[in-house]
Amino acid sequence: MVILIVLGLPLFGALLLALFGERRAAAELNVGISLATLVAVSFLVLRVLRHGPLLALHEQFFVDSFNVFLVALTAFVGFTTALFSRPYMRIEEQRGRLNQRRLRLYHSMYQLFMAAMFLALLTNNMGLLWVAMEAATLSTVLLVSLYRTRASLEAAWKYFILCGVGIAQALFGTILLYFAAEQTLGREGMTALLWTHLNAVKGQLEPRVLGLAFVFLLVGYGTKVGLAPLHNWLPDAHAEGPTPVSAVLSGLLLNVALYAVIRCKVLVEGSIGSQLPGRMLMGFGLLSAVLGAFFLWRQKDIKRLFGYSSIEHMGIITFAFGMGGPVANFAALLHMTVHSLTKSSIFFTAGHASQTAGTQRMDGIRGLVSVSPTIGWGLMLGSLAILGMPPFGVFASEFLILTTAMRDHPWTTPLLLIALGVAFAGIFSKVQPMVFGDSDAPPLPHSPALIPVFLHLAIVLALGLYMPLALAEWYRAAARLIGG
Amino acid sequence: MHPSHAIDELLKLLAASLLLISFAMLSRRRTQRLIILFAWQGALLFVSTLLVAYSAGLTELYYSAALTLLLKVIALPWILHRLIHRLGAQWDSEPLVNIPTTMLVGLGLVIFAFGLAQPISRMATTITRNTLGIALAVILLSFLMMITRRKAVTQVIGFLAMENGLFFAATSATYGMPMVIELGIALDLLVGFFILGIFFFQIREQFDSLDLSNMEALKED
Repeated sequence: MVILIVLGLPLFGALLLALFGERRAAAELNVGISLATLVAVSFLVLRVLRHGPLLALHEQFFVDSFNVFLVALTAFVGFTTALFSRPYMRIEEQRGRLNQRRLRLYHSMYQLFMAAMFLALLTNNMGLLWVAMEAATLSTVLLVSLYRTRASLEAAWKYFILCGVGIAQALFGTILLYFAAEQTLGREGMTALLWTHLNAVKGQLEPRVLGLAFVFLLVGYGTKVGLAPLHNWLPDAHAEGPTPVSAVLSGLLLNVALYAVIRCKVLVEGSIGSQLPGRMLMGFGLLSAVLGAFFLWRQKDIKRLFGYSSIEHMGIITFAFGMGGPVANFAALLHMTVHSLTKSSIFFTAGHASQTAGTQRMDGIRGLVSVSPTIGWGLMLGSLAILGMPPFGVFASEFLILTTAMRDHPWTTPLLLIALGVAFAGIFSKVQPMVFGDSDAPPLPHSPALIPVFLHLAIVLALGLYMPLALAEWYRAAARLIGG
Repeated sequence: MHPSHAIDELLKLLAASLLLISFAMLSRRRTQRLIILFAWQGALLFVSTLLVAYSAGLTELYYSAALTLLLKVIALPWILHRLIHRLGAQWDSEPLVNIPTTMLVGLGLVIFAFGLAQPISRMATTITRNTLGIALAVILLSFLMMITRRKAVTQVIGFLAMENGLFFAATSATYGMPMVIELGIALDLLVGFFILGIFFFQIREQFDSLDLSNMEALKED
């Protein structure tokens, strides 16, 4: 029941905002719906914490400790982004970059996107997972092109075609998976695509078919994770779309896509009984981490810069999941959480920073601290956090990943260290002049909503200093579930 | 001849024609022609789904055949046709460099697809099992078409043709996915198609043409 509410609220909100989105209160309504969703999700979380995994509605929906933490994260960041977007979009409207009709589209699609992500996370059906992932792409395509400039149209087209082709590969993979499952589970009862059933019989699934299916699924969903060399859409979509969209793309969609990959990995590894899927994840992850870090250097646009940083971090997380085992999985889940919180808060400040300066080009943004100390320090602290400075939580997860890599796969350690070092130098050298120095830019017309920024950073800091026992237990349960 | 054997042969013929149309699409220049080819591809898909449904006695597949007829033979080609009329692009043609090379690459892809699908086809129990390789080949050829073309409309037709290949793979390997999933996929396809339609107008407004080679602002620098 509570699952239906979690799915229904954003869906209902999308409809409501599509009908009444031209009223002035649309932004507040958006915040309200996101808050209601967050409350519903907390009930779901409490239930799972108390009574363990949950199957509902003819087993079509499934909540275990792995996806429930992502659902909670999604609802939380969805809510804070809605808070941030209220003043941000109002300033954009005042500056004439958007009008009421486009704002209606924006708010409605925002809720639809949230609904699609919840569906992808909660469903037990691998086919429905695909449908939801595609729906998440479709609902964000028009958001990327919201400004209707040449560059944003180009970015949206690239996003649509690349992710469309990618996700078509994932559909082929799903078909192959169904083909293998049907021979074991049969067509009757429609259980052949349910993850829980597949997981129970994964040892009997035909390994050759599943191996091939995994290649297609990895390439398909991996495109959406932004794994190199399939990452081309990501920096463009992040730079050209409105900032709240960049924040939810980086903070949430990439996680959801990676979640799909990991669910598939669990099945395939159980079927073929070798480490091959993990090795493939490690390869893709390492390549993305290194490539992302080096491309950081060449960026001139602030949102592109952090788009590449997302590629780097998703690479690190994918690599950690590829190594498998309790410690690496634990670290990967933690890194997913802290990256998502930190990166969205960085995009919040980067958005306001470019509004203050009137440009997204980094050489035009100067002396943020003197114009608005909160924006300046928010960006600085966020950057330090994402670069893995102690005592932030990113340091803890990266440290765990590095030590595990040193123990199990020593040859990868230098590559990881290079990626982290290059990213550190690249981001720090670019952020420092933006934050400090003098500026004559006028302050923003609406006071920016920076509570989300500091809230996110505070959580990241707290996770780095002290991990609550309940949360650690939760991560451990999820890590066991993924195995490997 | 046994009736099921005849159906089997007919299905192979349909599959081969599907592949042939994919090659024809690679070499066609005019957008209008491509739409007609796409409609033909949908029609072949409809007939083959109908045949599988009949021989396997699955009611579910009749529904998905009907869905194919409605969506891929009637609705999408018709909307595409109207769309390019409104955009004034019906006689657009694009210069195709290197048709022979494209064809050769296409041939290579077909061989690759058959090699990949062979071990799986052997395990299939469905009557259409030999056609999985063809389905994969159609997917890869549509992919090739999307890479080689520079016009927005043609890329979209390539995208839709790829979806046809996927649908064919689903029927040929597994007698189709569960109905809920098929409906979801069809809905996604339709919505995606409408979004692309909106895009055509926005792109033309901004770039004064549907030629994607104008799009080169976002290069890595």
